[in-house]
Amino acid sequence: MTKIHVKTNINGDKVEFLADPRETLLDCLRDHIGLTGSKEGCGTGDCGACSCIFDGDLVSSCLVLGVEAEGKSIETIEGMAGEKELHPLQKKFIEMAALQCGFCTPGILIAAKALLDRNNDPTESEVRYWLAGNLCRCTGYDKIIKAVMETARDIRETA
Amino acid sequence: MQYHSPSSFNEAVAISNSSSGLVKYLAGGTDVLVQLKIGTKSPDHLIDIKNIPGVREISLRDDGGYTIGAAVSGAQLTEHKELSKKWPGLVEGMELVGSAQIQSRATLVGNLCNGSPAADSVPGMIVAGASVSILNSSGTKDVLVEDIPSGPGSTSLENGELITAINLPKRNDYEGDAYLRFIPRTEMDIAVVGCAVNLSLEKGVITSAKVVLGAVGPKVILAHSAADCLVGTKLDDNILSRFSAKCSQIAKPISDKRGSEEFRKDIIGVIAQRAAKKAYDRALGNN
Repeated sequence: MTKIHVKTNINGDKVEFLADPRETLLDCLRDHIGLTGSKEGCGTGDCGACSCIFDGDLVSSCLVLGVEAEGKSIETIEGMAGEKELHPLQKKFIEMAALQCGFCTPGILIAAKALLDRNNDPTESEVRYWLAGNLCRCTGYDKIIKAVMETARDIRETA
Repeated sequence: MQYHSPSSFNEAVAISNSSSGLVKYLAGGTDVLVQLKIGTKSPDHLIDIKNIPGVREISLRDDGGYTIGAAVSGAQLTEHKELSKKWPGLVEGMELVGSAQIQSRATLVGNLCNGSPAADSVPGMIVAGASVSILNSSGTKDVLVEDIPSGPGSTSLENGELITAINLPKRNDYEGDAYLRFIPRTEMDIAVVGCAVNLSLEKGVITSAKVVLGAVGPKVILAHSAADCLVGTKLDDNILSRFSAKCSQIAKPISDKRGSEEFRKDIIGVIAQRAAKKAYDRALGNN
């Protein structure tokens, strides 16, 4: 199988890799680039554990081919924290224990960040609908929703 | 599998016609990549149309209608305020497909080409009178969306044919549409039944009506006789209950894990009635 040379940008860094055209972006992130923060839950776009920002859009990286990353800009969970500090959502998730096993957490943080980047004053319903594509089998969601709502409030107060 | 990323529609069709084995076009990929993953359809050639200029654009034509590029995502439709105002039923149908992650990628054309009788965006496109532009080796043709689905998982498209865009007609005053579906949860599910209605009014009286039922047959059903009983009325309660009964009678559902035949026949009448009411209210307010 001929591999394709892909040049892309991940979390601000120029990255090149060789991809089999069948490999998903998630496969490439994890197996070629070593960014294992994005998780594979279902591999069919149902669970959201592999959520990434792809050219500004929130996507499931298991439903994007690695070769589609050519010339694009990708944000993963590894790029969420600043150099010295965690992202406010990450801090709040720890403070409020909005996770248990942690498998869904990278995807939920990326999805929640995508929401707050475009709307820092969402209603609880908006948060619940927005995160409907991120499954969590541990928390029962309440702590996650509360953490996102509180982060949004903090962002508004410091803005 | 070979991956192609052509820079024009003609090039895409030429690649398709000169390739052997299973050839698939790729837009949002939310169905194609799932099929690839689970192995139900394993293409030899995958032709990504997203790098073709204009394919992610929504444009207003000179005749007042909209042309929606083949790779326009659900999220783009929702964000387009004018389109959402003119065709709320069409946009809300697409919006019901999947999560925020899916909405960033999934397309109207993909939802149509996937051929599911439960596709949420297809009834809305049909009642809108939408057509698709199809390119093949002999040229371009315009085909109504209602002529594309041919059965569960299948379409009337020939090998190599490519849908390049969806064309919506001009929206006039006092017209309105709506799409409603029934699912047992609130989000992230596949329609048990679905119904789209599009109405035109004159002084509050319905002058034309289109009704399409989803997920209650091997493909979407154009409920002409149900639509006919709305014409010439102001949608009073008597008419609504006749309309509801007619829709239940027209539906030819199967029983499966999502719902029994009996339940689906019953619930399609309820959903259709609510969709008609919503379309009527929108038509009254659209001026």
